[in-house]
Amino acid sequence: MKRRPTFLITVLCFGFAFFYIPILSMIVYSFNASRLATVWGGFSTKWYVSLLSNQNVIEALLLSLKIALVSATVATILGTMAGIALARFSRFRGRILFSGLVIAPLVMPEVITGISSLIFFILLADWVGWPGSRGFATITLAHITFSMVFVTTIVQARMQQSDRAIEEAAMDLGSRPWQVLFDITLPVISPAILSGWLLAFTISLDDVVITQFTTGPGSTTLPLLIWSKVKLGVTPDINALATLMVLFVGAGVLVAGIIMNRADRRRLADERLAYRTNG
Amino acid sequence: MSSRGLSRWFDRKGWAALLVGAPYLWLVVFFLLPFLIVIAMSVATKTPTAPPYSIGGEHPWINLGSFGRVLTDSLYLRAFLTSVFNALVAAILCLLVGYPMALGLTRVSKSWRNILLMLVILPFWTSFLLRVYAWMGLMGKSSWFNGLLTDTWNLLVPIDWAVKSVPMMNTNFAVVLVMVYTYLPFMILPLYASLERLDPTLDEAAMDLGSRPSQVFRDVTLPQSIPGIIAGGMLVFIPAAGELVIPTLVGNASQPMIGRLISDEFSQARDWPMAAAIAVALLVLMVVPTMIYSHYQARAEGTK
Repeated sequence: MKRRPTFLITVLCFGFAFFYIPILSMIVYSFNASRLATVWGGFSTKWYVSLLSNQNVIEALLLSLKIALVSATVATILGTMAGIALARFSRFRGRILFSGLVIAPLVMPEVITGISSLIFFILLADWVGWPGSRGFATITLAHITFSMVFVTTIVQARMQQSDRAIEEAAMDLGSRPWQVLFDITLPVISPAILSGWLLAFTISLDDVVITQFTTGPGSTTLPLLIWSKVKLGVTPDINALATLMVLFVGAGVLVAGIIMNRADRRRLADERLAYRTNG
Repeated sequence: MSSRGLSRWFDRKGWAALLVGAPYLWLVVFFLLPFLIVIAMSVATKTPTAPPYSIGGEHPWINLGSFGRVLTDSLYLRAFLTSVFNALVAAILCLLVGYPMALGLTRVSKSWRNILLMLVILPFWTSFLLRVYAWMGLMGKSSWFNGLLTDTWNLLVPIDWAVKSVPMMNTNFAVVLVMVYTYLPFMILPLYASLERLDPTLDEAAMDLGSRPSQVFRDVTLPQSIPGIIAGGMLVFIPAAGELVIPTLVGNASQPMIGRLISDEFSQARDWPMAAAIAVALLVLMVVPTMIYSHYQARAEGTK
């Protein structure tokens, strides 16, 4: 006797409607011919045309991508190191402080992270004369700091699931720790590293609050540009920009998900094949 | 040290030191140090110079005036109350919506489950700012959504109560609604993780022993998912209480939340010690929920 959970299915439907109706509405209104962003005035793609010919938007997008690329890469390297260290070394001096430092940026309100970074950069400029002006470098440093801990969380979780026996076997067969790390540990956790990088990239690409505090004159990222416009209200060209971003990120996540899923399945199939040929 | 000795040292200790040291040093310099500066700033004195503070210069070295104002000025107290209230209501609403959704996710077929989980996570990857913005489009006076709500309201209530449009933008209601919208995945995912692990034979056993479905839920499912509920609740409450973007875009400027005050004190009033003092007070307020969270998080992982 298995009852269909009608109530739960209904809530699920309403829940997903709640998730997606605002986004769909925004997409529909990006094709609105009317200048009034919320009143329908016929179909048009003119906001896309004006958007793509807007030099400020293109420049802001390029700056955002540059910052996201650099900060995600450095954050992934540092975050992976921290994740491996926390999962493999159960004891070292200062471990308690270290594990606290890895969690604190996750729960710290962004306003506080932003203000403390800004004060730090201002005082640093006072003490050592750098950074002379805030912009690409200061934003990137701040982004690395608060996105690396997300990578750490993902890598640490993956490390705790992975089988230590393979690493130990390699050690017994004479590999040096450094070789074990590069030949075994890193390939095994590579999906986690990839998701960590993607997460760090999107976090950086999306950030407003911390960027707002660590930026300087002339360095406008895409979220800052959007932020300054949406504070004044809803406009059709932001609808168009939002649509492009949502579709782009959505497609990216879908493709990444499918690739990872397939890689996972291939690995499982390989493992099964290996067991069968050996047994 | 010979190069061979060096390489042996690197194998035995050096690589580990590098692995721990590089991220450790980074976080100490770029996170801990700025944070300690903020704490020092909170007991500094405001001055009309640039940068606008003096620290430990003359007697009294420690100025608790900013903290005194946080505790006595009704502006700050009200902002703290508004923040805690909004975050608490958002967390409770997320629980009420997210719990049945998470439970529903455990009851659908495996192939559907993967697709639906993907759909829960997908908005999380798209821009936070744009998700808030999407609601600005819906809540405005002339939007189709507001029109729909207005018509429904006017249909249901006596004619004297009829309204031209539902006032949603720039209210606390809007803040809570958008918080629920943006933070709901944070509630669903840990809840799903804890519900998915439950043993379905327990449900069946309770059914066989004569429990009604509502009793099974109350006596079997709910108690076992409490770690997930607490974890999800804290994941919503903690960022919601310090939120800056949502109240700035859809909130009521005369009822600021604490994040907005910190930002205004810093950028507009240029009272850095005051901004730092409010920040420290907010963090103290966050310590308790964070500790509860990590306690239950550890327990949720321990029951695996």
